[in-house]
Amino acid sequence: MSMTCWETIQAYGLRSIGIGENLLPRSDFTLCQQFTLIGSGMLWNLYFGILALLAGFFLANAVALAKSARNPWIRKPAEWFVFIFRGSPLFIQFFLAYEALVLLPKGGIDILGIYLNTAWTTRAWAGALLVLFLNTAAYSAEIFHGALKSIPKGDLEAAEAYGLTGWKKFIRIEWPTMLRLGWPAYTNEAIFLFHATTLVFFSGFPAFGQKGDALYYAKYFADKTFNPFIPYPIVAFYFILLTLAVTTFYGQINKRLNRHLPSNSRSRIRLRPNLIR
Amino acid sequence: MFEFCADPKAIEGLTWAVCYLTSAKHIQFYWSFVTVLLLLAITAPAALAMGFVGATAARSHVAPVSWLGKIYIWMVRGVPDIIFFLFFVIALDQIIEYGKSLIVCENHAWPWQGLEFRVCPEAKVPLARSSAFWHQAYGFMLAVVTFAIVFGAFVANVIYGAMQAVPRAQPETAEAYGMSRAQTFRRILIPQMWIYALPGLGNLWMILIKATPLLFLLGVRDIVYYARELGGSKTQAYEYPHGDWRLWYFLALMVFYLAFTRVSEIGIARITRKLSHGQATAGGEALRRAGA
Repeated sequence: MSMTCWETIQAYGLRSIGIGENLLPRSDFTLCQQFTLIGSGMLWNLYFGILALLAGFFLANAVALAKSARNPWIRKPAEWFVFIFRGSPLFIQFFLAYEALVLLPKGGIDILGIYLNTAWTTRAWAGALLVLFLNTAAYSAEIFHGALKSIPKGDLEAAEAYGLTGWKKFIRIEWPTMLRLGWPAYTNEAIFLFHATTLVFFSGFPAFGQKGDALYYAKYFADKTFNPFIPYPIVAFYFILLTLAVTTFYGQINKRLNRHLPSNSRSRIRLRPNLIR
Repeated sequence: MFEFCADPKAIEGLTWAVCYLTSAKHIQFYWSFVTVLLLLAITAPAALAMGFVGATAARSHVAPVSWLGKIYIWMVRGVPDIIFFLFFVIALDQIIEYGKSLIVCENHAWPWQGLEFRVCPEAKVPLARSSAFWHQAYGFMLAVVTFAIVFGAFVANVIYGAMQAVPRAQPETAEAYGMSRAQTFRRILIPQMWIYALPGLGNLWMILIKATPLLFLLGVRDIVYYARELGGSKTQAYEYPHGDWRLWYFLALMVFYLAFTRVSEIGIARITRKLSHGQATAGGEALRRAGA
């Protein structure tokens, strides 16, 4: 009956994405089972975090630029987008998005004879990812917008003196400087986006077939064993590792963005814990 | 609530809407907004106090005290706060009951046995025979303490940074005037650090507002709970049958939070302006010039 730890890893290592043993352990919970299943759930946290950050980065750049535009028809929508996603709790955004997506016609939408299936949008992998993507885009856009505004005037004047204007000035001077100035804050944003992924399965999006993220499994164990002192420290341990990995990765990019500066004037990434959204 | 609402099935239109929105369940829903405000009103000062203690401890010259303070400050760095929320709510409850069991129970067995947490019935908090109100109140109290612990750590981090940010020359001058360490701390450091702490604290206040829906996860009947309850579709068996209206209820919550954070933003900007008076910062200098 009892499995070795290696057998447990084989059975539950990919359980969160539906591969391996179907039934979750129900009694005699071993430490190995808890580490394995919670670790398996981290796959979802990585999936949500990485994809939302990747896609959100591009939208954030566009929104930051739109927010700096003179034309109010471009600026106002960007301001409202940032206001709505930064001014309300992510938790409510998840609920709202889920309820809205559920209201889409179940059978799909028929647009000019092209049949669009909509059922998948209520699944966490799509619906929650969409919310996280928009949310991180709004927070990052605010960071990049602030960075854009704090580009030293001298840099822009120097660019013009060299004859750089318009798009060329933007892509060679403004955009890299914006990234460089905003990067420490953006690193924080990335860390807290990964933290925010733990909300997904607690906020309306159901975990079909008990396929959930790390915190979902940690709560499963805590509820079953009535002992919170083991599963929650395990998921905390995984997140500390993840935070270290994110910091290292973003630190490398920060180094590259600052490589032209003398070493004593480089901006260092300082972690500021904030941002539950 | 109103007399004309006695038979909800017979009315329609605006009257129906008035009756629907003043039904007993809706009144409870409106009161749950007060729960949220109450949580904020208790948690904010409690977290500020915890943060102050944490930051002071971290600055202590006694090594173990300073370690404790620093561990407290950094514990929220790498770990999602929602894990702390879920953890503390159960952990605190079990610690309280275990502590009580050592006093009131005759049998002092280790309570974590197999798949249950077992203490004698007299050690349950609140007791099984207590009224539903006490169960609710106890749940709310646990939530408040949990919020205070987690946000206290955030606040400690901000205040610790702010104390470091007060220009070195200020405490040095105080020492040159012969003030003791405690006097320097009280008369120089504390009054000056607020302006440095304010941006961080303002940010935390917004985050605290946006964290209040998590009360729902902690088992408190808050606005999210009622939005789901009231919004869910009601069959003809109910007094006010309707379809799935949860979208509209959550939209209302969204508007509530947007308004709340916007008003807070404006308030924080005002306080910043006020506190900048007479400070040796760029903001204070700008105010001085404008006044002159």
